[in-house]
Amino acid sequence: MLEVDGLTKRFGTVCAVDSVSFAVARGATAALLGANGAGKTTTMAMILSLVQPSAGRVRIFGRDLATERYALLPRMNFSSPYTDLPHRLTVRENLAVYAKLYGIEDVAGRIEVLAETLDIGAFLKRPTGKLSAGQRTRVALAKALLNEPELLLLDEPSASLDPDTADWARGVIESYRAETGATILLASHNMAEVERLCDDVFVMSGGRIVESGTPAGLIERHGRATLEEVFLEIVRGTTCLDQAAQ
Amino acid sequence: MLRHTYLLRRSWPRILELMYWPTVQMIIWGLVTQFLVTHSSWVAQAVGVLLAGVILWDVMFRGQIGLSLVFMEEMWARNLGHLFASPLRPWELICALMLISLIRTLIGMTGAVGFAFLLYAFSIFDLGFALIGFFVNLIVMGWAVGFFVCGLVLRFGLGAESLAWFLIFALAPFSCVYYPLSILPDWLEPVAAVLPSAHVFEGMRALLVDGTFSGDHMMRATLLNVGWMAAGIATFLGFLRSARIRGLLHQIGE
Repeated sequence: MLEVDGLTKRFGTVCAVDSVSFAVARGATAALLGANGAGKTTTMAMILSLVQPSAGRVRIFGRDLATERYALLPRMNFSSPYTDLPHRLTVRENLAVYAKLYGIEDVAGRIEVLAETLDIGAFLKRPTGKLSAGQRTRVALAKALLNEPELLLLDEPSASLDPDTADWARGVIESYRAETGATILLASHNMAEVERLCDDVFVMSGGRIVESGTPAGLIERHGRATLEEVFLEIVRGTTCLDQAAQ
Repeated sequence: MLRHTYLLRRSWPRILELMYWPTVQMIIWGLVTQFLVTHSSWVAQAVGVLLAGVILWDVMFRGQIGLSLVFMEEMWARNLGHLFASPLRPWELICALMLISLIRTLIGMTGAVGFAFLLYAFSIFDLGFALIGFFVNLIVMGWAVGFFVCGLVLRFGLGAESLAWFLIFALAPFSCVYYPLSILPDWLEPVAAVLPSAHVFEGMRALLVDGTFSGDHMMRATLLNVGWMAAGIATFLGFLRSARIRGLLHQIGE
């Protein structure tokens, strides 16, 4: 489904992503975990073809992204805190623009469905720039689901959301996967989110994948109580034995 | 004070911009003055030469700024990531930018053309069918410069956005909008000769002053524009590719 093989990105002398390889099965949800600057966002940007890799390749639905980008992009979508929708357009106008770009035939119908699912109907006519952070995140999610993507990439999907709204957003993502069988790759700093949503976890540090497995498997392997403890251990480079010795 | 000093030191386009307008104004109006001193009776006979120059120059300016600003709005809105991760192909983006620029230019010109008629009894449509050729050549040249500007802004970021406003005015003295090409110093005439706009304005004067349509100037303008558009689009696509390599598409924003 999603196969990443030896993916590398160098910016001058800085290696942001260093020979990363992983695969996500159809219908699975996987997470890229890592501290700030670990290479998660750059990896996702390469999968979206926003950044050209220095080496390695990405295969999606068995097709090579480098040569079949425009056949693959209509089947994918994403949301990211690093991009935004034009502030002066209303929510409905923004969604309509992207619905057209993704080749959706019944634009109005699709927007109505998403308005109900994501509870954005009340502000469809409002300029996107006038929305609160939580409302914008919901609109970004609506844009990401416009074309019912088979591969959905979510970069920090619950960033800037209050706990209640974040929980609601996770529910939407879970429901979407259950209903459509979509494959989801998310980057997150929220370990509870990852434990709840993900089948597989790839932990990145210094541009490399340094650990991977299921959330439960990682917790067990590292002898920790939570995924957050596992994450801290990996990022800080300490083990249970080290801590016991201290 | 310190805040703005930091900005100035970091951005060569900003420094260039400070010196730019006075220099361009001085060059243009110096040449106009030089021309009027020796040819004032010629201008008096050619009703509308200056007005037609103003209106047609604005076609080129509006064409360029309409294209560049629309693209930069996507950058200001941090929307490039969404656009370039969508199935939108570069040639579709290029066509869309040209079309929206055409619409904006037509809307923008309506007022100027209307007021020229109401206030000065000058109708740009007196140029006849040649007006279509002048309009197309000028807007196409504006687009070529616009694509070049978009490419530079992609490469150098929004610090270079002022290029959108002033780059095309660098071509104004050599486009010979208000005076004939022959008024330029000899060493500058070859520069003007490779500008489609210079041939358009030479053709416009031939029509308004002598009453003759210059097919030669129209042909030269059209052929030159093929090269200008190819260069403008190639620059834009080149810098777009470079932006993907440098990882700028999902980072550029206000």
